[in-house]
Amino acid sequence: MNNIKNELKKYTVGIAGCGGLGSNCAMALARVGIGKLIIADFDTIDLSNLNRQYFFLDQVGQKKCFALKENISKITRNTVVEAYDIKLSPTEIIDLFHDCDVIVEAFDRKEMKQMIVETVITAFPKKPLVVGSGLAGWGHNNSIRARKVDNLYICGDESRETSDDLPPLAPRVGIVANMQANTVLEILLGEG
Amino acid sequence: MNIILNNRPESFKADKLTVNELLKVKNFTFRMLVIKINGNLIKKTEYDTSTISDGDKVMVMHLVSGG
Repeated sequence: MNNIKNELKKYTVGIAGCGGLGSNCAMALARVGIGKLIIADFDTIDLSNLNRQYFFLDQVGQKKCFALKENISKITRNTVVEAYDIKLSPTEIIDLFHDCDVIVEAFDRKEMKQMIVETVITAFPKKPLVVGSGLAGWGHNNSIRARKVDNLYICGDESRETSDDLPPLAPRVGIVANMQANTVLEILLGEG
Repeated sequence: MNIILNNRPESFKADKLTVNELLKVKNFTFRMLVIKINGNLIKKTEYDTSTISDGDKVMVMHLVSGG
């Protein structure tokens, strides 16, 4: 375990979005001792977010990026967190994440997911990008999977989209967020 | 032609297909796509003009909302 911690300390992971995917993925990566996390989100915490996002009642109304940094600081002092209150566009993605060893896509809307995938393919064709796609609803454990195409790693069922009938809920969002974190470890440490 | 589609070998009767033709043949109905041919990103505006031919490596990834 100490060897793994010493190894993970060397790496920086960028997380684009601090909602359901980003907050849970960041906490998992901090717990295992990633050296540095660069997190970004422009949104504030709404009470309705607490059904899946790693925040607390007394944080409602706060900026997600700063609240997540605070929550990580309650778990570990070994992970440096840079938090940016910013709505990510291609320019900012390139600026913020160019030195990251891995980038995690943790947006909610598919338009934003497409934007970061296209940005990373174009600007950083060699940099690993771990995408979450397809996590709405409940059940269907075995439909959630991970696959790799070139520098892209896709986690989720790639099919179930959020809607009024199919909300994003803690269990499946948490599974995909942790699968993303698990994929980051596999990229950084090898298959083990 | 034989291509690699999403890491799997696939055969098609046609010698060439545009991206839109491929999507139709494969019945890919999702709207928010990222497509690469031989590692190069193909923008949505190029789906009617970019062609896929024998030996190409194609990635079609569809993205759905939720996070």
